[in-house]
Amino acid sequence: MFVPARRKTDVRSASARSLVGLAPLALLLLAGCASRNDLYVLLPGQDGKIGALIVSSGGEQRVLDQPYAAASVTSPGRVEGRATSEAEVRQAFGPALAAQPTRPVSFFLYFLADTDELTPDSKRVVGQIFAEIARRPAPEIVVIGHTDRVGAVAYNDALSLKRAEKVRDDLLKLAIPKVRISVAGRGEREPLVPTADEVSEPRNRRVEISVR
Amino acid sequence: MRSGFIALILPIALTFGVAAAAAEDAGHVKVSNGAAQIERAGQRLPAAVGQAVQQGDVVITGADGSVGITFRDNSLVSVGPDSVLSIDRFVFNSTTHQGNFDSSLKQGTLAVVSGKLAKQSPEAMKVNTPAAILGVRGTEFLVRTGPAKD
Repeated sequence: MFVPARRKTDVRSASARSLVGLAPLALLLLAGCASRNDLYVLLPGQDGKIGALIVSSGGEQRVLDQPYAAASVTSPGRVEGRATSEAEVRQAFGPALAAQPTRPVSFFLYFLADTDELTPDSKRVVGQIFAEIARRPAPEIVVIGHTDRVGAVAYNDALSLKRAEKVRDDLLKLAIPKVRISVAGRGEREPLVPTADEVSEPRNRRVEISVR
Repeated sequence: MRSGFIALILPIALTFGVAAAAAEDAGHVKVSNGAAQIERAGQRLPAAVGQAVQQGDVVITGADGSVGITFRDNSLVSVGPDSVLSIDRFVFNSTTHQGNFDSSLKQGTLAVVSGKLAKQSPEAMKVNTPAAILGVRGTEFLVRTGPAKD
């Protein structure tokens, strides 16, 4: 924007006028009307699912629902659809993609009947699971214990919590920096495999470790 | 007298309740490279690994900076260099998976893997830029916003 020079002896009023002259430009920038380099891209989901991204700009709307479908916006209301490629996306968004946190994951450990002792199978994999958890930066861990339906509800509440606390105590021994661990016991309320009451079911005697 | 006493107590209780809710962590920094900060109530904190992120925070990166944050609903949000991302609203009920996640990318680049909020409701997650509003249906996406280079 061109602000005409003025012959003025009063410096204060001259600077006030030039500020007034700049006001429309500032408004233009605030409104986002200046030419833009905006790009919005839908990625294929890692779980194979394709969602959708709905781009609304200045009364225009475009739905992106194909992998690598993109919309570029040069000013509000000027939305153009186009295709991108994995290579182009890597080029334009490399550092943001590289900084994506590791995806949250859950692990299961199984227990011998009526104990907080791991089954031989779970004993074999627990080291590997713990190593994977320890590799995560500042991991937030939720440990939830479960039982099968043998025994009273109150007894199983206590047993499930005991299992979860045992796993937490073992995790704490790893001394992972900045780790946060919470525990809960769900008793026999959430069986992995639904059964009648008093049925012994090894798959229900478990602890779920969710990590993010 | 009693009602007067309650009238005095109630606003104080409400104030504390709101303060406690606002201070709840929305997420944590998991990845941090280069110049990366979090602006909270006028103060700049280093966006170091393990740093809590709250509603109202603004994530700011320099020319060599990038930050990755995992939110409580398992949303993964990362920004590239020269970016400004404002966490406008984060409300998540971990039992019902209901709530809202609104953020604004003022400039720079953003990569998002949506979490439980967007899965529960297509209205729950929104990303604003100076030029557009993005609605999210359970998905992964990228955003770049800024003035065109001459």
